Amino acid sequence: MNIETPVEALKPNDYASDQEVRWCPGCGDYAIIKGVHRTLAELQIPLENLVFFSGIGCAARFPYYMASYGFHTIHGRAPALATGAKLANPDLDIWVVMGDGDALSIGGNHTMHAIRRNVDLNLLLFNNEIYGLTKGQYSPTSQLGTRSPSTPQGSVDAPLTPLSVALGAGARFVARTFDTNQKHMPGVLKAAHAHKGASLVEIIQNCIVYNDGAFDGWTDRKVVSDNSITVEHGRPLIFGAEENKGIAQADGGFGIRVVTIGVDGVTEDDVLVHDENNKMLAMMLADMKQPEFPVALGVLYNNPSKSYDDAVHEQLATVKEASPPGTINELLRKGRTWTVSEGS
Amino acid sequence: MATNVASSNDGERKALDSVVIRFAGDSGDGMQLTGTQFTQSTALMGNDLATFPDFPAEIRAPAGTTFGVSAFQINFASYDIQTPGDDPDVLVAMNPAALKVHLKDVPKGGTVILNVDAFTDRNIKRAGYENNPLEDGTLDNHVVIAIEINKLTNAAVADCEVTSKEATRCKNFWALGLMCWMYNRERQPTIDWVNQRFGKLPNIAAANIAALNAGHAYGETVELPSGVEAYVVPRADVQPGTYRAVTGTEAVAWGLIAGAKKAGLDLFLGSYPITPASALLHTLTGLKNYGVTTFQAEDEIAAVCSAIGASYAGSLGVTSSSGPGIALKTEAIGLALVTELPLVIVNVQRGGPSTGLPTKTEQSDLFQAVYGRNADTPLPVIASRTAGDCFETAIEAVRIATKYMTPVILLTDGFLANSAEPWEIPDADAIADFPVEFRTDPEGFHPYLRNEVTLARNWAIPGTPGLMHRIGGIEKDYDSGHISYDSDNHHRMTKVRAAKIDGIAKDIPAQEVAMGEEKGKLAVVGWGSTFGAINQAVSRCVSGGLNVAHIHLRHIHPFPKNLGDLLSGFDRVMVPEMNNGQLVHVLRDKYLVDAESITQITGQPFKVSTLEREIRSRVEG
Repeated sequence: MNIETPVEALKPNDYASDQEVRWCPGCGDYAIIKGVHRTLAELQIPLENLVFFSGIGCAARFPYYMASYGFHTIHGRAPALATGAKLANPDLDIWVVMGDGDALSIGGNHTMHAIRRNVDLNLLLFNNEIYGLTKGQYSPTSQLGTRSPSTPQGSVDAPLTPLSVALGAGARFVARTFDTNQKHMPGVLKAAHAHKGASLVEIIQNCIVYNDGAFDGWTDRKVVSDNSITVEHGRPLIFGAEENKGIAQADGGFGIRVVTIGVDGVTEDDVLVHDENNKMLAMMLADMKQPEFPVALGVLYNNPSKSYDDAVHEQLATVKEASPPGTINELLRKGRTWTVSEGS
Repeated sequence: MATNVASSNDGERKALDSVVIRFAGDSGDGMQLTGTQFTQSTALMGNDLATFPDFPAEIRAPAGTTFGVSAFQINFASYDIQTPGDDPDVLVAMNPAALKVHLKDVPKGGTVILNVDAFTDRNIKRAGYENNPLEDGTLDNHVVIAIEINKLTNAAVADCEVTSKEATRCKNFWALGLMCWMYNRERQPTIDWVNQRFGKLPNIAAANIAALNAGHAYGETVELPSGVEAYVVPRADVQPGTYRAVTGTEAVAWGLIAGAKKAGLDLFLGSYPITPASALLHTLTGLKNYGVTTFQAEDEIAAVCSAIGASYAGSLGVTSSSGPGIALKTEAIGLALVTELPLVIVNVQRGGPSTGLPTKTEQSDLFQAVYGRNADTPLPVIASRTAGDCFETAIEAVRIATKYMTPVILLTDGFLANSAEPWEIPDADAIADFPVEFRTDPEGFHPYLRNEVTLARNWAIPGTPGLMHRIGGIEKDYDSGHISYDSDNHHRMTKVRAAKIDGIAKDIPAQEVAMGEEKGKLAVVGWGSTFGAINQAVSRCVSGGLNVAHIHLRHIHPFPKNLGDLLSGFDRVMVPEMNNGQLVHVLRDKYLVDAESITQITGQPFKVSTLEREIRSRVEG
């Protein structure tokens, strides 16, 4: 019998490449890559099986700083390349790093379709609500009125909410965390990895140069408890420094509202319990915005269905079983042929 | 083409050397199907043949309009032929619009077979005729066979329990039956096809077969106008071997599969529907059991990107499209080029620019293939000349892509993709394998280590222990493969990428002369689907004693090493192209040769007679 030789466990640092990291000092990406290294080490994913794809932007440098396989592609197209790679080799463990302009503007189509098809990819969307690498233009997630080199009087077009778009496209897994939330991030990433299919994780990320403090209103340590809510499947949607606020059904039945337990006769029983299989609830949680609501963090929706790559390979297997491949010569001679003999 | 009457050797049938028939009708009349079935029967009869399907971009244009006319031309002969023929000897016109569009191509004395039931006042007006062309002398110079095809079809299928609409739809089979009688074609292959196609609709199958047989019986029993009789076209004296009818689409699909197998790789096709390239996606999807994965992507960009992703993961990535779609793929092709991954890009060219003439044929993407990318981005370009040749060029594209780690563009066109020809089936085992060897040895590895001979980088795929590395669009260091912004390194990498592609010239066959001598007064240089027309035109001139040669290029970039010397052996060089002059510029650019351009941008293939005139005007007198 085989005796398995214990393999030396991979440590977070083993997932880092030897390349000098060139993000701006203080960039949220440093925290994110740390969280990813930790997660991968906790999962003990073999380096040779791990592939990071990225598009273009600050976040897209990510693969160069990983000790795994990596492919820095072109703007917005990483999900399309990753889809091809996953179909070609379903055993690969594929992660896709995207920015908000990358995934939602130039690459919006690919993001939508990778999600719709449910390709087994871990899609990490670094959302800093700005174009960093091109020096500060507003992005499709920038808040209305954002002043930038391309919108000096303030942007006049409404931003989109990535997780709402994803759920609209039929996502089976959406989650949210933020760069400095290191206790939270690995759990979310592990859940995304465990989900077979397209897993979209929006990672809110501070751009220290072009959009510094954009999320302080709910990520700052002083306010994070009151202005965000970390959801967990099966647990009541309670938040606040005093843990006395909750998300309840709106009066009249449709929608949700913020309640305070102990005020106006509200009890803990009035607070909704998070159900990650409930798409309607997920859509409402995804769309919660400051200041009316706390921003929802954690796994908002996790309702697996068959992944695209599985479906494609099942079909291939069925076809091959029904009609085993012949030789090329047989292929060329299938159908009507005729023979001309000597002297005919 | 002239119809030569040879001595009769088939009872009462008159023997012909060659015939050109054009079937024309509404796009809903089933003319493509009629033509395809006639082609199958003709191929099985042992004639050489060439076809030209010509259909509108609209799926079902308003009935009876000239722009909704769909046509299918077939040229078949008892000798070796290379084109679908210049002008039809026989036009089958199923309605006035078909007559209006196609009569001008029928030479004086040619036969016109008409469905008179379709010549209603309304249809006549709709086709743009002021008066009924059957009565106003329009057809005085032709032999006219006017038949009530609708009525006869309806009568033939009366017992088949089909609706009157379904009955009328069988009229193309009635016309096919008549033509089968006239040219002595077997009906059985068509009957087999109908039974297979309509297996679940036995009434429809029976009706179509009844119509086919009725058309045939009509020919046997009815007295036709003088000058029309039953013919036979003897078998062509072709090389012994096993043959089949093949379209360019099928040959590309089989060539890609064969190439992937020779390379030892699975085939991945990322594609997006576009006319006239979609058929390749359909064909390859039907061959999943040969290790083919097809992916209909969300757009052209995702199609090529998925193929690059598949190559990165160790498959052979292929993407297919037509000019406008190739334009969208351009940035990604640059990525494949700079990351030096194998990729085959099939461009089934169509009329352009922009949407252009989607269903018509043109060769106007040569500049796009050779030059059409940002930055210094040379890549190999290969062009197919005939439907059967697509099999070889597809294999060659795979060989070069994998051996040199580069994207390769394979140019075909709408004419090649759709037209059929008899093809002597090659022995695939006789084609040498070119197995890919993935890098597995971690010793001294970096991703841009190059083969000293080919300059190709080594190919290490994800999943291989110890070879983890990063590639991407940013310039990489020649010696380590890491990101490099170093200016001298960029110069060096640009040069090595170009040298790698130039070096392919040493690995492709020397340019041969397809017809004529290796020196002389005039070289006619072509590429792509003009092969047949040029070859036949040159052949006629050579047999007429003219000093002219035909040179046809398969490798457009890089050119074969001897091409410059070869061209310098001719006093004049003429380059006919179905575009506004593209290869001619590349030749002038590369060899400083005073090449003359002959252009035709009508969406139609060259006529042999047109080219013959151009050649004669240069070498005669």
